Amino acid sequence: MSQPALNGVSGPGKVLTLDSMNPNVKRVDYAVRGPLVQRAVQIEKELEQGVKKPFTEVIKANIGDAHAMGQKPITFFRQVLALCSYPDLLEDDKFPEDAKKRARRILGACGGQSIGAYSASQGIECIRQDVARYIERRDGGIASNPDTIYLSTGASDAIVTMLKLLVSGAGRDRTGVMIPIPQYPLYSAALADLGAVQVNYYLDEDRCWSLDVKELRRSLHAAREHCSPRVLCIINPGNPTGQVQNRQCIEDVIRFAKEEHLFLMADEVYQDNVYAEGCEFHSFKKVLFEMGPEYSSTVEMASFHSTSKCYMGECGFRGGYMEVINMDPEVKAQLIKLVSVRLCPPVPGQALLDLVVNPPQPDEPSYTSFMKERTAVLAALAEKARLTQEIFNAVPGITCNPVQGAMYTFPCITLPQKAIAKAKEEGQIADAFYCMRLLEEEGICLVPGSGFGQREGTFHFRMTILPPTEKLKIVLQKIREFHLRFTQEFS
Amino acid sequence: MNHGTSLLWKRRTLSSLSATRRGLPKAKMSENGVVPRAKVLTIDTMNPTVKNVEYAVRGPIVARAVELERELSEGMKKPFAEVIKANIGDAHAMGQQPITFFRQVLALCSYPELLNDSTFPDDAKSRARRILQSCGGNSMGSYSASQGIDSVRQDVARYIERRDGGVPCDPNNVYLTTGASDGIMTMLKLLVCGEGMTRTGVMISIPQYPLYSAALAELGAVQINYYLNEEKCWSLDISELQRALDEARNHCNPRALCIINPGNPTGQVQSRECIEDVIRFAAKEGLFLMADEVYQDNVYAEGCQFHSFKKVLFEMGPEYSDTVELASFHSTSKCYMGECGFRGGYMEIINMDDDVKAQLTKLVSVRLCPPVPGQALMDLVVNPPQPGEPSYDNFIKERSATLSALAEKAKLTEQILNTVEGISCNPVQGAMYSFPRIIIPEKAVKEATDKGQQPDMFYCMKMLEETGICLVPGSGFGQKDGTYHFRMTILPPRDKLQILLNKVQEFHQKFTQHYS
Repeated sequence: MSQPALNGVSGPGKVLTLDSMNPNVKRVDYAVRGPLVQRAVQIEKELEQGVKKPFTEVIKANIGDAHAMGQKPITFFRQVLALCSYPDLLEDDKFPEDAKKRARRILGACGGQSIGAYSASQGIECIRQDVARYIERRDGGIASNPDTIYLSTGASDAIVTMLKLLVSGAGRDRTGVMIPIPQYPLYSAALADLGAVQVNYYLDEDRCWSLDVKELRRSLHAAREHCSPRVLCIINPGNPTGQVQNRQCIEDVIRFAKEEHLFLMADEVYQDNVYAEGCEFHSFKKVLFEMGPEYSSTVEMASFHSTSKCYMGECGFRGGYMEVINMDPEVKAQLIKLVSVRLCPPVPGQALLDLVVNPPQPDEPSYTSFMKERTAVLAALAEKARLTQEIFNAVPGITCNPVQGAMYTFPCITLPQKAIAKAKEEGQIADAFYCMRLLEEEGICLVPGSGFGQREGTFHFRMTILPPTEKLKIVLQKIREFHLRFTQEFS
Repeated sequence: MNHGTSLLWKRRTLSSLSATRRGLPKAKMSENGVVPRAKVLTIDTMNPTVKNVEYAVRGPIVARAVELERELSEGMKKPFAEVIKANIGDAHAMGQQPITFFRQVLALCSYPELLNDSTFPDDAKSRARRILQSCGGNSMGSYSASQGIDSVRQDVARYIERRDGGVPCDPNNVYLTTGASDGIMTMLKLLVCGEGMTRTGVMISIPQYPLYSAALAELGAVQINYYLNEEKCWSLDISELQRALDEARNHCNPRALCIINPGNPTGQVQSRECIEDVIRFAAKEGLFLMADEVYQDNVYAEGCQFHSFKKVLFEMGPEYSDTVELASFHSTSKCYMGECGFRGGYMEIINMDDDVKAQLTKLVSVRLCPPVPGQALMDLVVNPPQPGEPSYDNFIKERSATLSALAEKAKLTEQILNTVEGISCNPVQGAMYSFPRIIIPEKAVKEATDKGQQPDMFYCMKMLEETGICLVPGSGFGQKDGTYHFRMTILPPRDKLQILLNKVQEFHQKFTQHYS
């Protein structure tokens, strides 16, 4: 008898249904590309088909995609990538010598001198060496061992791999992972997928989204009632909040992780995106080692970087790496085995990462142009950060913490009770309702704060600061107008 | 210890209660009496399913091969001058050249200034412009839609329609992926649920490509083995499928059937009739079909032909084509392209429940998108130069040369290995590997077993140390108990392959002699 018949289903029920699929996957949400964005794409299609709207274009300020918003790639990087893709161009005198030299080196490290060959699963060796040297320079000489570097398919890949390794146990022993609220929802999605326990610690909105060790402690002790917290994740500079943690805070976190026996995961993909006066990026690795061997030889840590952000904005290449400190050698062997199953990260992304960590030097032909482009991008971002903060803070009902770094603003919005009630009626969270209205009325796509997490009863949205300055001004203006209208409507 | 310190120590011990609960081995006391703390992440505290994962293609033998390469480069004397990595299906690493047209377009996409360069043909430029226009900000550096660039999915759909004699393909059913492995893992993840007797079982061929066993181990799904018939050229037998399924129903809930065609590691190309039988079986038994077709252009043997599961499904009429749930997978890594490093791929999903599809779309969104260079490359694979276009002749020339070289090497491999006493090699009908059966003398089996090694691993290790040739033991892919095999790629350039095969022959004879 056939299986469907055995199941008593008349006529074939499907094999794969909502009821028979992986239950963890159903719990996964990723607001950055969630329902609001799907509606935005739909509206774009409608516009294309000539449907009349109160706006002529949809502005996708939901996602940290710099190139999509008009930022230009770094010329030198793209030259080297072209040379690697089509090595005949090495004969072309249009390309500068330093670009050719980098391309030859990368190709020399590839099987059959081709970026089409699989690389070693941990990533091309000479690139990992370059990454280690970059880390050493960045961290004032603190040694980095290339063997502790793993190239990855964007930072997301490495983050998921580490979380996967860390998750074990059942019931009260199930691994708990501490994540900031608000957070970048890759974390909550990964934890849902892995069936790990999400342990929330709240960043302090009143103090510029800073991290309070007291809050870490509170959260940890509460979590110990029902799970086994083993990991502490921190995003610095922060996403969505943009805060840049000060050195003291980083030391406190490290101390806390040691005391409480937690594996530290430091997501540092925005490390070049620091704008505010008095703020500085302190790598967790550097601080860890400067705290002396009591910490540097014991605290287990992974830090993550990517080619998607900073001044490169090369999201589509899916380049990234993690550096893993103080990992148990047996676990390391397991990690190496695990990454081997997927063969290797995309080689173009590895090549790009090599250029990021090994950019033109002062004595090289492309240096001046490179510095000019890099500086322009970072300066523009700094300006847009400032502008955004300024304009939002002038809107009654919107308060915006300083955008100290990263690429987003996460302002707090005051929503009238009537609006909250209306949203509830429609089965929506109030900030999602607000953002949907904004999308339909102005064509501006943001992500509701509920997608990142926020204190009960507060509402936010995340907007990128990426559109070109003139367009950004218009966007900010429209949001201002919308907010006032919305508040009026529901007063 | 004074009172204060002991209180502090007690508090710390209590605060790490969860670690202690797990019963970690007591740490050694160091000299000053302080117990060094166990790590947070150890072999005992890590994810247990990850420990069950194995992937022989890059397993211990390859690690040793890399070590040997290092030793050679440091000047150490060895009985060989180079290590030949015939373990992995990496064509470029073995000297195969990329398709010129593809790399021209990729260069244009990477650095669009080159669109002004007259050394590039117009058809390359027009493909590049089209791809760039579909990218945010006209840059490959933008994230694409999570399902993949729209126009590329449309091109994939058209390719599928052409390949399948007009059977329609909806671009919305096409998901671009980071290599085929990514799509396969995603589908398996979706399919796994239940516990104990209701835990999802997934039928996989023995021998298989060990991504499958690795994925199932990681997901904690139940692996259900069905044996391919070595005596009948590794063909698939429905009665064997039935046996495996019926037996599995005693301890799990079998829900998926995976098939690799053309086969890896076996190289068999399934007949049309066999494919129909498999579809009929899946329909009857309520199984989700996963068709791994990454070697679809790699068909060499006379009388063999690639039949896509999608095409056969639809030609069997609506009773099947309206109901059987199927995912088929393709990649830019194999065929005539060999572009492994780009991690390009796609899957086509047939008859998926709408709600599940929404879940799938949501799931892939978390990783944002597959690498855009890989998507661009896939676009070129499915939309290559057409007759009349400037690059056409050269493209066809390169493509034909690569495929005919592979066909020749397939034949050579089969031929030479079959002359060796104690090695028998089924015809390499397709794909990129030979998976010959080897007779290992009892004495060698014993020595291996004493060492705690699989006999064919023992054999391959010896071969590596003595000849520098790196193969993968059959135990890494699965095989009938008491039989031994190895998988060797047919990728090295012909002359080198010839030498390789001769060395394998010599080694086998010596090995057999030594252990007789």
